[in-house]
Amino acid sequence: MLKIKEIDEIQKRLLQEIADLHSVPEGAFNIRANGESAMRNTTANIDIISKENGSGIDIKIKPGTKNESVHIPVVMSQSGLKEVVYNDFYIGEDSDVVIVAGCGIDNCGTQDSEHDGIHRFFVGKGAKVKYVEKHYGSGDGTGKRLLNPGTEVYMEEDSTMEMEMVQIKGVDSTKRDTKAELSAGARLVVQERLMTHGTQDAYSIYKVVLNGDDSSADVVSRSVARDHSYQKLDMCILGNAACHGHTECDSIIMDEGRILAVPSLEANSTEAALVHEAAIGKIAGEQIIKLMTLGLTEAEAEEQIINGFLK
Amino acid sequence: MLELQNISFGVTEDNGSGSVDKEILNDINLKIDDNKFVVITGPNGGGKSTLAKIIAGIEKPTSGRIFLDGVDITDKNVTERAKAGISFAFQQPVRFKGIQVLDLIRLAAGRRMSPADACKYLAEVGLCAKDYINREVNASLSGGELKRIEIATVLARSTRLSVFDEPEAGIDLWSFQNLIQVFEKMRSQINDSSIMIISHQERILEIADDIVVLRSGKIAASGPRDEILPALIGTPSAVEACKVLTGK
Repeated sequence: MLKIKEIDEIQKRLLQEIADLHSVPEGAFNIRANGESAMRNTTANIDIISKENGSGIDIKIKPGTKNESVHIPVVMSQSGLKEVVYNDFYIGEDSDVVIVAGCGIDNCGTQDSEHDGIHRFFVGKGAKVKYVEKHYGSGDGTGKRLLNPGTEVYMEEDSTMEMEMVQIKGVDSTKRDTKAELSAGARLVVQERLMTHGTQDAYSIYKVVLNGDDSSADVVSRSVARDHSYQKLDMCILGNAACHGHTECDSIIMDEGRILAVPSLEANSTEAALVHEAAIGKIAGEQIIKLMTLGLTEAEAEEQIINGFLK
Repeated sequence: MLELQNISFGVTEDNGSGSVDKEILNDINLKIDDNKFVVITGPNGGGKSTLAKIIAGIEKPTSGRIFLDGVDITDKNVTERAKAGISFAFQQPVRFKGIQVLDLIRLAAGRRMSPADACKYLAEVGLCAKDYINREVNASLSGGELKRIEIATVLARSTRLSVFDEPEAGIDLWSFQNLIQVFEKMRSQINDSSIMIISHQERILEIADDIVVLRSGKIAASGPRDEILPALIGTPSAVEACKVLTGK
């Protein structure tokens, strides 16, 4: 195992938030702390290689790799750090893996901290990937915590990818840009959970292109905008073949929150079956009253409703 | 246990040519004693659901006082009344996205309980627990399923007073036949508590200790089942209802 430097307590807490990591993970991993690689482990089937120009890492998963995981969390506890990281995942044919990424920023300083992770996934034929990405911010400083993840997914025939994208606390500003292209028989499922508070704003943009027959995509976003925060959810599915696509934005607004939901569809084949849905509303009064009849206070009821909604 | 003193409730409605005061409940006096199974019945629009909501604290009476075990709870809110020992099953159960049946039962019980313990409450209401415990309490559940889960949450609370607002509403007769057994069991296990059910169902009326007939916001009749029920069955309104149901 490559061990470059110890990680500090704040970074450990961030790791718990974004990757449920309490100790060194099993399997392959690369922990990036304050702009440099802090720990790395590779396995017989999964290799992690730093890019020559130092801009990120390549993760190479051998064909047929089953039931292995890769953790690549990023933590930042130093105020004023700005970085753009390019990580490329090459997922071999017929492999079945879990990839956990995520970024936690703790900023107690006055300067903005920013991490822009650009992830590209090349998913081989018949491969199955579960991808979990969590973003989290903390710290009392006036410096902002900024995260602008870019995700590109290229799926070969009959591959499957499930993506869980979660950002529920502490990130001041985010622009999430996700693109996917699917070949025949490929299947993409995206579950996004987003919560903004304070004066945060979040832009979440998806463009999923269904190029192959029998390809399918299900892109579902659930979000909550509290306080004075703003969200724009822009989810587009393009159908270029005999495919199935569904996109859904379901949002709760509270306080002075604002949300613009723009689900959209483009069909370029008469065989494309595409559906979109969007709903925005406040928490239903009867939901709060029901939980109050179980003995919860109004504030506790709201918390339970939001927790459930974002679960 | 529960005592309502001179409860009145009115709303102001706009009838197009100005606002008019409409009286929903008028000077209701009612006592529900310990270990009683009381059914409130009467025509639609008579004020039954409003009365239940006033007891749960969802609506505030225009005038009058409410006492639970001698304590004046009139000014207490929904949460405080729930904590004081009142449970309320909604006529139309509320749906929640993402909240699972297990979550709801745990919230009702007010403690972390194992899935196995939570399953017992579902079994009580005739649901195959393992099929439901992890389901979301959302639109994927049928009206009958939601109704049973609603009743299970009240069972999980096991408070001094349980109020059910028309448990038969919105479910088919077949499903209701099974629910009757749930209420019969509750009736047989009543212990240091009381049950109040708003219902039109004869089968529910038949297992009542006391029956209260609410009509036009007033108590039209009240007393032990044997006194009240014979007068109710065969009333013109029941005959009319039968004609509608049978199409004759």
